[in-house]
Parts: sequence; C-alpha cells; structure tokens
Amino acid sequence: MNGRQAVRDLGMGVRFAFTGGREGWMRVLLTAVGVGLGVALLLLTTAIPSALSARGARSEARAYNLYVDQQMPKADNTLIIARADTTFRLDEVSGGELQPEGARAPLPPGIDRFPAAGEMFVSPALGRLLTSGDGKLLRDRLPDRIVGTIGDNGLVGPAELAFYRGADDLAGRINGGTVSRIDRFGDLHPTSEKMDPVLILLTLVVFLVLLMPVGVFIATAVRFGGERRDRRLAALRLVGADSMMTRRIAAGEAAAGAGVGLGFGVVFFLIGRQAAGHFNLFDVNVFPHDLNPTPALAVLVGVAVPVAAVLVTLLALRGVVIEPLGVVRTARPPRRRLWWRLLMPLGGIAALYPMIGQGRDSGRFNDLLVITGVTLLLIGVTALLPWVVEATVARLASGALSWQLAVRRLQLSSGTAARMVNGIAVAVAGAIALQMFFSGVAGGYTTPSDLDLTQAQMAVDTPDSVSVLSAGRQLAGTEGVRKVIVMSRGSVGEKAKDPEKNLELTIGDCATLRVLGRLPSCRDGDLFTVRGTDYDEPGTLQLVKPGHKLYVSPSYTRTVRPSVAWTVPGTVQQADAMDDPSGTVHGGILATPGALPERVMAQAAGTILISLDPEVADARDHVRNTVARFDRLAEPVTWTSSTRAKQFETIRTGLFVGSACVLLLIGISLLVSQLEQLRERRKLLSSLVAFGTRRRTLSLSVLWQTAIPIGLGLALSSVVGLTLGYVLMRMTNTAVHVDWAAVLTMTGIGGGVVLLVTALSLPPLLRLMRPDGLRTE
Amino acid sequence: MTAPQTAPPGSLLVARELHKAYGTTSALDGADFSIHPGEVVAVMGPSGSGKSTLLHCLAGIVPPDSGSITYNGREMAGMSDAQRSHLRRTEFGFVFQFGQLVPELTCVENVALPLRLNGASRKEAERAALTWMERLEVDDLRRKRPGEVSGGQGQRVAVARALVTGPRVLFADEPTGALDSLNGERVMELLTEAARSTNAAVVLVTHEARVAAYSDREIVVRDGRSRDMERVV
Amino acid sequence: MRIVVCMSIGHTLLGLLESGPRHGYDLKRAFDEKFGHDRPLHYGQVYSTMSRLLRNGLVEVDGIEAGDGPERKRYAITDAGVTDVQRWLATPEKPEPYLQSTLYTKVVLALLTHRNAGDILDTQRAEHLRMMRVLTDRKRKGDLADQLICDHALFHLEADLRWLELTAARLDKLALVVTSR
Repeated sequence: MNGRQAVRDLGMGVRFAFTGGREGWMRVLLTAVGVGLGVALLLLTTAIPSALSARGARSEARAYNLYVDQQMPKADNTLIIARADTTFRLDEVSGGELQPEGARAPLPPGIDRFPAAGEMFVSPALGRLLTSGDGKLLRDRLPDRIVGTIGDNGLVGPAELAFYRGADDLAGRINGGTVSRIDRFGDLHPTSEKMDPVLILLTLVVFLVLLMPVGVFIATAVRFGGERRDRRLAALRLVGADSMMTRRIAAGEAAAGAGVGLGFGVVFFLIGRQAAGHFNLFDVNVFPHDLNPTPALAVLVGVAVPVAAVLVTLLALRGVVIEPLGVVRTARPPRRRLWWRLLMPLGGIAALYPMIGQGRDSGRFNDLLVITGVTLLLIGVTALLPWVVEATVARLASGALSWQLAVRRLQLSSGTAARMVNGIAVAVAGAIALQMFFSGVAGGYTTPSDLDLTQAQMAVDTPDSVSVLSAGRQLAGTEGVRKVIVMSRGSVGEKAKDPEKNLELTIGDCATLRVLGRLPSCRDGDLFTVRGTDYDEPGTLQLVKPGHKLYVSPSYTRTVRPSVAWTVPGTVQQADAMDDPSGTVHGGILATPGALPERVMAQAAGTILISLDPEVADARDHVRNTVARFDRLAEPVTWTSSTRAKQFETIRTGLFVGSACVLLLIGISLLVSQLEQLRERRKLLSSLVAFGTRRRTLSLSVLWQTAIPIGLGLALSSVVGLTLGYVLMRMTNTAVHVDWAAVLTMTGIGGGVVLLVTALSLPPLLRLMRPDGLRTE
Repeated sequence: MTAPQTAPPGSLLVARELHKAYGTTSALDGADFSIHPGEVVAVMGPSGSGKSTLLHCLAGIVPPDSGSITYNGREMAGMSDAQRSHLRRTEFGFVFQFGQLVPELTCVENVALPLRLNGASRKEAERAALTWMERLEVDDLRRKRPGEVSGGQGQRVAVARALVTGPRVLFADEPTGALDSLNGERVMELLTEAARSTNAAVVLVTHEARVAAYSDREIVVRDGRSRDMERVV
Repeated sequence: MRIVVCMSIGHTLLGLLESGPRHGYDLKRAFDEKFGHDRPLHYGQVYSTMSRLLRNGLVEVDGIEAGDGPERKRYAITDAGVTDVQRWLATPEKPEPYLQSTLYTKVVLALLTHRNAGDILDTQRAEHLRMMRVLTDRKRKGDLADQLICDHALFHLEADLRWLELTAARLDKLALVVTSR
C-alpha cells in the first residue's frame, strides 16, 4: 500500500462527504459546526493572555498617583489632576479633570491636547451614551462641550466610559486625595499585574465547561449517518476495497467535515472577536485588536482539532467490522463494568482535593491539577452515563404500551441512547457547577449586612460649597427621593484649639435623631448624651453639663475652620446608642439645631442619608446630578452593591445563553439521529399504524425514548455538577450553598431540549406513520 | 372493464367503484370488491396495478378518493381516522411482507401487541398470544427477538399476531413475498387453516399463483380496475 | 397432440378467412407468416383442411381462378364458420404444459379479428387457477408422493400463468406488431 493510494482513498472519502446526499451534507455541516466551535473557543483561549497584557499595559500607561504626602511644586511640566469618577445607572464612568500648569504638562494617553475649562474629551462609548436620549441625565451632569474623542490607546476596553475635562480652578483644591499635582502619567511602581486567582480559576473552568460538550458534540457529529456510511463502505468492500482502505475513506470523510469546520472556526473566532468588544464581564471588555492568538498555539489548535475529529471517527469504527456483504458489529458488548467508570470522577475529585480550602489569598491554583480534575469529573459523566442508562433501563418495569416500546428499544441499544445525551449531560453538569460557583463567589460581594437598606439607599457627605441644610432641602426636592436624613457633624472639645478631650457631635432634627439613638422624648432645643457606645471615654460625658462652656469644631471636613464657643444649655437628657441606617453608632452628643448657635449650623459639614422611591428608575442619577450641582467633584455613595450583583447577573445570563446554545446544538444532533432512526423504521411504523396503533402511543414512545436517557443524564449531571460546584467553592473558601435555581434552570433547559426534539420529530413521525410507507411498489 | 356487479348477498366487506390517486398517478380507477365471512380471496395483478392500494382502502388504512366501502353494513367513507383505527384494532388483522415486527420486542410481546393496543393487561395479552403461537408452531420462540428468528418463523409470528384479536377480516399483503416456496407454503397453509377455523375472511394480495391457489376466489387488478375471475367464463 | 394441432390449424385458417376471402395459397402464406415460423404448412395440409371445412359448411368457395398452376379456389368464411371460431376462442384450453403455441395462436387471431384478447387470457387464467386450487387441495390432504406430483404440476401451471400475465401486459404491443404485418 503506497502513499499515493492512501491519498486517493482519503480523497475518495472527501468526495463522499460532499456527494452523500442530504444526510452526508448534514453530517459534514454538524461536524463542521462542532469542530468550528471547538477551534473558535480554543483560539479565544489562546488569545486571552495577550489581550490581558495589552489591557494591563494601557491601564498602567495612563495611571497617575493622587495619594502623595508632599505635593510637588508648580512647574512648567506639571499638571493638576482631579479624580471625577461618577456612576451612571450601574455603569462606572471614569473621569479626570485636567489643569495644565505649563507648556510641558504631561498629556494623558489618548488625547492630543488639553481641553480648556468647559471642554471635554470622551471615550467613544461615553460619546454615544451622551448623545443618545438614554444618557440625558448623565449629560446634565457632564455638560461640558465635547471637543474630541479619547483614542484607543487611552482606554482599556472599547466599552469603557471615560472622559477628561478641562478645569482652571483646581489649584486651591489640591488635597493629596482626590486632587493632586503630577508631572507624568504611568504607574511609577508597576506591580506585575496579578489576576485574582479566583478569576483565573473561573476562566479555566468556564472554558473547560464550554469545550467539553463541544468535544462530545464533535464525537457525536462524526457518527451521524454512520450506518448508511458503513453500508456504503461495505459496498466498496464488495468491489475490492480492503479494510484499511475503507478506514482511510471514512477518515477522509471525517477530515472533510473537520476541514470545513476549521474554516467555520476561524469565522466563529473573528465573529467572537468582534463581539468581544460588546461584552462586558467584571467590567472587563476587550478591543478586538487585543485578541490575538499566539501563532504557535493557533497552529496547534488548527491541527489538533481536525485530527481529533478524524481520530474519533476511527475510534468509532473500531468496534465495527465492515465485510463485503454488510456490516458486522462486534458481538454484543460485554456487560458494562462500573469500577473503571467510577475511577474517572473519583480521580477528578482526588486531583482537586489538595486545593480545597486554599482560598484566594494563597496565590494561584495549580492550573494542571484544576484542568485534570475538572476534565476528569466531567468526562466521568460520559463514562458513567452508559452504565447508568443500561443498569436503569434493564430494571425498568413494563408499564403502558408506549413505555414498553420505549424501554425495550432502550434495552436493545442503551449505548446509542447514552451517547446521544452525553453531550447534554456534560454541558449541564458543567453549567450547574459554574452557576453554583458564580453565585457563591457573587455572594461574597453582595451587600454587607450592617447597612439598613430599608431606611436609606444612598449617602452623601455634603461638600463645603453648600450648607448642610440647603443641601438637605435640595436633595429632598430631587426627583425620586422619598426622604432625607440630614445630620451635621462636628466635634466638641474643652478648648478652642487642640482639645485634649473630644466628643462626637451629631446634629439633626428630632426625626433624624430618633434614627440615630433611642431618645426619651424630643423637641427642638433638646440635647442628649449617648450611653452605651463601645468607645465612651469615661468622664468625657462629664463635660456636657448645663452652663459649661465648650467649643464646637465643625472641622469635620477637610477644610479647617475655627471653633465656635458654645454654652451647654439648660437640660441634658440621656439617649441610648443604636445603629443608624449606615450601621454606624453615634456616640457623644446628639443635638437638635435649636440647642446650638446658628453659626455652627451654617458651617457644619454634614452627611445626608437618602431614601429613594423604588418606583423611580433613575432616582440615583437624579440624586447624583443634584450632588454634582453642589460640587462637580462630589459623588454620593450608593449603598446597594447592585453593581456587583449586576455583573454576576451578566455572567449568569451569558452562561445561560452559552449553555442553552450548546444544548440546542446537541438538541439538533439528537433530532438528526432521531429522524435518521425514524426513517429507518418507516415500514415498521406504517405497519403498526395499519393494525390500529394510536398516534398518541407512538408519539409518547418517541418522547419516552428521549426523555428516559435525558432524565437519567440530567440526574447524573446534577449530582456531578453539584459535586464539582461544591469542590470549587471549597477551593475558594466560599460559603457553600446549593444553587437550586441553577440546578432547576439547567435541568429545565435540558428538559426543554427533550420536548423540543420530540416536538420537532413529531411531524416527520406522523408523516412516516401515514400508510404510504406500506407501499412497496 | 366490467360493469359494477351487485355484491352477492351475505358479503362482509363490499367495495364499489373505488377511485384513489396518489398525486397525478391513479392507483385505483373504479375497482370493486366483495368478500364473505370465511372466504379467502386472492387479489392478483402486475406490480403497480393498485392491488396493495385496494387492500389499504379495504382495510381503512387509506380513505379512497371516491366510491363506497361497507363493512358489515357500515359505510366506512364517513368514518373518522380514529374510528377506522379502532376498526383495524378490533375487527381486522394484518400480515405484511416484512418489516412489521417490532425489533426490540420479544416475539410473544409482538404477538400480544394488538391486544395491548386494545387495552388488555400485559399478562392476559401474552397468555392469549402464546395460544396462537402454539397454533402456528412458533411458541418456542417466545423469548426471542425478531432479529434472532428465521424469515419463515417471523412470518408465522406475524400471522399469530394478526389472528390474536380474533379478527373478522385478515388482510395479508404478500405474506410469503420474502420466503422460499417451502416456507411460504407452510405459512399459507397455517394462515388459511387458522382463518377457516375462526371463520375469518382473508384478503390475500399476492403476485404468486401458487400462493393464490390457497384462495377460494381470485380477483385481478389491472390499471386500477378489478376483475372477478369467477365471472369471466 | 397431433389432433389438437390439426384442429387448431382448421380454426386458425378459419380465423384468417374472417378478414376476407382468400386463395388457398394466400392462406398458407398468411399462416406461415404469422404462426408457422419454424414449421411452414404444406400446401396439401391446407388443401385437406379446407376441404374438411368446406364439407362441414364452415367455408364456402367464393370463386375459382383458372391459371397455369393448380386450380386456385378462393375461400370465404360462412356464418357457421364465424360462430365456430368464436366458440373455439372462448373455450379455455385444458391446462396442460406446452400449450403456449395454441394460446399464442388464439391471442393473435383474436387480435387480428378484433376480438378481446384479454378475455381469452383471463379465461385461461381462471381455468389455470381453478386447476391449481384442485392440486393445492390435493396436496394438502395427500401424502408426500402426492405433494411432489402436485408440486410438479403446480410449478408448470404457474409458469403458464406467468406467461399469461406477461402476455396480458404486452397485448397492446402485440396487437401493434400483428396488425401491422
């Protein structure tokens, strides 16, 4: 057998692939889609490191340091920069205010000149948002004239919302916290960017979970129409092909599908690369041009996946002896054994076990062990499922006729049935594990318990430019605000300057004070000392005696202001400490405005807690706009950490969509083999109808035939998925809780696929059940 | 070819002026038919003449485009699909050339199938099935699957299945078509004997004269028209 | 056998006359052309047959032409002759092996005389099947020897029947060939 002959055989197989009629095409197409998805996923995986490093490099290049103890002097090459980050709805908008102090002031990457005061440069995404009607509220907050666009080299991702605007009044506001003077951009002390190990683990698992069903799918796809192909190969044997030749021809056919798949893969990858710009996970979105697969790895993928598809074909042919007069399947396979099948998932757990409890703080997880463990666990599903199906089906008692027909059919070919649902089982197991893991990790980020979200959802420290009371009034009048709790804060000491003893002072009207402490009674002019705080300094409260002269310092804020002398008025009542809505305990003195000199009230800085009307969708942004009117650099705090929750929601949705797509793909393959099988039974179906079998009976038996193996597959994959999820959560030290919603959704999608496949195979079934099938002539 | 004749009195199943077309090809073009209880009528004719279509119409598997079929005095034209299915389940039995046994069911389960369709319990259906398998000398195959028995055995299992409900009409479409002559004749002998013993009428579609020789009467279908050979002379 | 053949020659010649009066020599030529492929008729056979038919009143002499050869009588069929042909054609042959030649003659004649050849075949078919039923019945009740003897006959009859079917299916073609000559 020479090489030319081998090439000729392969070529013949390729020709068969494209001339094999509708089924041949279907097989080529499905194989190609499977191989294509595999290739695209792997290419994306190989492109991720380069994408991340490109992001990292850009993010470093535009970094600047605001926190400095010693401000550098004004010079020809300095720039005052202020952080002006804000939030729109749930998206973070990163902003900077620039005030160059000389001709050589450093330009941040991405813009070619400094915006003048009242001008700004925006990122393309922000530009689109601001000009759309959707972004009107944000436009009110950022009214500056848009004079240019920040270039890609100044952004980490295409979806980033960012702006630089000009200013001319920052010199007086330098504070080493939000406003600073710098002479260069770029991180002075770049730390090699370390990804959160949990994030790496997540990425690994996501790719494995998506890749495995694709692999299983490829394995199923190359078997489509296998019987017809085997018959054709048998016919070739009859005219003189030897068994090696037939195998090569089959390999050629598979290679054709894989080859087309390679093309699909590149197309899928390019589509995915473009789409990546529109995705936003963990606030991470990447430029398509950042996603460049490492060439060596890309070549490896391009070779390995098609070769794997061919190998699967040859492996599937292993149990088949193609004789000139027909196809002989090797005699009834021996009873499936359990022990080695159990070894796989157990091996997987064993590989992951050492990492349990490692958590996110102990550095990276061992990639190899993670991959091995997760793969073994998931592959374990495909190893266990045939055994489970066989063992269960053999024990199923006969019930109704439709059930009997289905069970008997499954008993005869449990392997085929199991193979058909393997893909679904793996996909569901992986998805359940991921869902569980995600919701566990997400749980770690959700609202801290000490915030009382029923009373307030936002808080703002009033800037110096506005008085607390006026700010409170303006906020109360803002759209979407139900109630504000206005408290002014200061401290009380025994001397005007550098007092030895300090008392916390909180000022508010009676309604406010009742939220801050348990008061016996309250009228304006009342004054309370608070008992029962952890940080009471013994004796401090003794300061507060009627008639004592004390000094109130409103210098709670950054700006230093002189103290105001104050004589403690007539009666001092006692209040008990309690948590305010922000979970803070206010000790020291609680005072109504009437108990203090008016000057204190006018100067005191304060905190305003804001309760929102849940009916008003954009209430938060109305509040932000109001606050921005006080001071364009001020930003209220939003207590609900719905940002995080939303990101996880995105991931969950993405995962759902992804697994639903994979399941749908597998559903298509199920449908194809179901139809193939139905067509082969055309005569039988017609004769069953002839002697009066009800359509319902046959339809139900088709349903059972799919539902039984899929039901078993889903049960098994739930167990494996929950196990994997549990192990992953233990590995990251996340509190374990079973995400039943995920289990139900994924199994629900799986079940939906069954129903869909059955529903779609019913019309052909009913058509095949027409008596035309009896016509022999 | 011949003018519609009045059916002989006492006919169980009578068809008149049947027309049936599949698309543009006409399969039946004015065919007549009648059969008595206990009578074996062979339907012969060249391939494509419409003899199978005649059988399908008579059995209520396909409705004719026009013409009337009365079974036991009831007009079948007006029956719904469900009613016709019910008729087939309860009054008719079927034997086909091949591809009729459910491969995944054992032989006894196959024979019991029509009874189960009628709602019989599994036990009682399989007991009745076994009696018929004994009569057709295939009771030793009860645990085997159709793939494991020979063609002649399988066909006898099929005959047992056709007779298990005690049908009044047995429709056999080339029942020996896939068998050698010896096996074919054995099947025909058992089939006609069993039918006679239960007074079932047999509509026997065949293209083999030696099979047709088991009938009492012969009808030839040509170009969709039937001809009763008894009335030729 | 021989008688059968003679009988059929008489009927055949009669049938050939149905299309119009002919000379004895024409008759022989027509017969040879249509039926006598490998066994042309002797003129003497024609002569003796015609005289028998003349004697039985089935044909009559239409005219005599004097010529240099033997006398040339022109024969025409009588009504009785037509009836005789009709009866002969309608009577099925006893199902026996090797009767195709007779059947073939009958079919061709029927086509030539625009009678229904299909009916002839069907009649024969019914007769054959009747015989096969008898044999099948005998076989069922008889011993092995009976079965073997009956089977032999059945297989032969079946072959005839197949020929009948084949011919029935090709009647139109045959009619075209026969009448065009």
